[in-house]
Amino acid sequence: MKVHEQYVAFLTIVRKEIKRYLRIWTQTLLPSAITMSLYFVIFGTLIGSRIGEMDGFTYMEFVVPGLIMMAIVTNSYSNVVSSFFGSKFSHSVEELLVSPVSNFVILMGYVVGGVSRGLLVAVVVTLVSLFFTDLSIHSYFVVVVVVFMTSTLFALAGFINAVYANSFDDISIIPTFVLTPLIYLGGVFYSMDLLPEFWANVSKLNPLVYVVNAFRYGVLGVSDVSLSFALGMIAFFTALAFGYSMHLLNSGKRLRQ
Amino acid sequence: MIPALTIENLRKVYDNGFEALKGISLEVEQGDFFALLGPNGAGKSTTIGIICSLVAKSGGRIAVFDIDIDEDFPAAKRHIGIVPQEFNFNQFEKSLDIVVNQAGYYGLKPALAQKRAETYLRELGLWEQRDIPARMLSGGMKRRLMIARSLVHEPRLLILDEPTAGVDIEMRRSMWEFLQKINAQGTTIILTTHYLEEAEALCRNIAIINHGKIVENTSMKTLLRQLHKEIFLLDCVEELPQSVAITGFAVRRLDDHTLEVEVQKGQHINQVFAALDLESIHISSMRNRANRLEEMFVNLVEGDA
Repeated sequence: MKVHEQYVAFLTIVRKEIKRYLRIWTQTLLPSAITMSLYFVIFGTLIGSRIGEMDGFTYMEFVVPGLIMMAIVTNSYSNVVSSFFGSKFSHSVEELLVSPVSNFVILMGYVVGGVSRGLLVAVVVTLVSLFFTDLSIHSYFVVVVVVFMTSTLFALAGFINAVYANSFDDISIIPTFVLTPLIYLGGVFYSMDLLPEFWANVSKLNPLVYVVNAFRYGVLGVSDVSLSFALGMIAFFTALAFGYSMHLLNSGKRLRQ
Repeated sequence: MIPALTIENLRKVYDNGFEALKGISLEVEQGDFFALLGPNGAGKSTTIGIICSLVAKSGGRIAVFDIDIDEDFPAAKRHIGIVPQEFNFNQFEKSLDIVVNQAGYYGLKPALAQKRAETYLRELGLWEQRDIPARMLSGGMKRRLMIARSLVHEPRLLILDEPTAGVDIEMRRSMWEFLQKINAQGTTIILTTHYLEEAEALCRNIAIINHGKIVENTSMKTLLRQLHKEIFLLDCVEELPQSVAITGFAVRRLDDHTLEVEVQKGQHINQVFAALDLESIHISSMRNRANRLEEMFVNLVEGDA
């Protein structure tokens, strides 16, 4: 298959993915906007006003980057996991597997679909946050890099989950029992400085700490961890997830008999 | 002329140790309408799965228009269109989107994809349903949608795995006509079916697979010539006597006006007519008791058991 044909195939997958989540926008886009509005109201306005400053910012300003990143992580992950598992479940993935489209293009198509939903939800949540606080961006470059790297990483993670999943239960186990706790313990609502030394060190094993802090640095200019180390960790996990996803596709594991 | 499909010593052993294919070999000529028959679990779908990359082979070689799938599977895939046994499209997508997306996976640009999708959806009588989600279509329409999807990249080899299962007779006939038309236009077709009259009506060559082995691979005519006997049902105008006997033939009275006659290879049905004529019994119509291919199929499969 020639390069321009692969490109057409790639655009076809991306278009299909975007159409899919826009068609069911009440399930894919709206919930994040509502959930984040509640977070802003409860944690930012009601409780936040009693907490005072954190790392030199109002509590509302402090939690906004983490909440935006939370929306990006969950949406890029859940888009790929539900879409790819759905196509496995309905056997429509066979449409792709019997075609000459390369495994790399298949993976990229789904990942870009997931990234696009993550970005769209990030825009929606950011717009919602503007009703509650003023946002001034410290580094647009860092913000863009972190958003793209993070959404790619979690889209890939969603893909791996989808390949291994045998039922719809399997695609909700990881988001519910792994992803959500890691996000909550990743410093979205608090600074690592508040933790006792032992728990602060344990938290450093949580990859979401680097994602949240790198993004917070991009927005506010403060971080509990070194920016370069955080970006390095995200890049490392992204490369690992990409390599493993390609291995799954090339070996045909759980996709071909 | 290079064959459309070459299979050499194809083997498949599943992870649970089940040996689905035990080294099958066959060749399908370009332009052929080829039947691949066998009982459930014989290995037909496994063979098809390997040809279109949904199943990994354990050994052997497959070439599509002389392109070895181990050397350049994407190039081989471009020549293959597949209509699987089970519905394998997103039931929530519109029919038109399903076909257009499939064209995109083969690298067809959107304008051409739309044009081709319209052509095949119209040909298969689905254009009016193009904006309806696939789940709303009837069973026959879904089968035709899969045929339209399989043709959108204009493959030279079309593989149909039981395409008329669960389709009513009228729809089946119209699908036969369509398949005969595209075969006449040069598309090589491989068909698996449980309706043996379908294989007999459409296919020129045939392979019968059983327990993972090819037990017969010949032309339809040659296969049917191997039949040693045929059983006919004769509808008689006059009421038949309680006991009917015709020298040299096994005859059974089924009811007052129906006679079952077994004609062995080398015998002629005219002898039966002549004998009945002597008894002043006239025949108004005659039909085979069973499909001829069905008899042959049962003989081969049971003989192999």
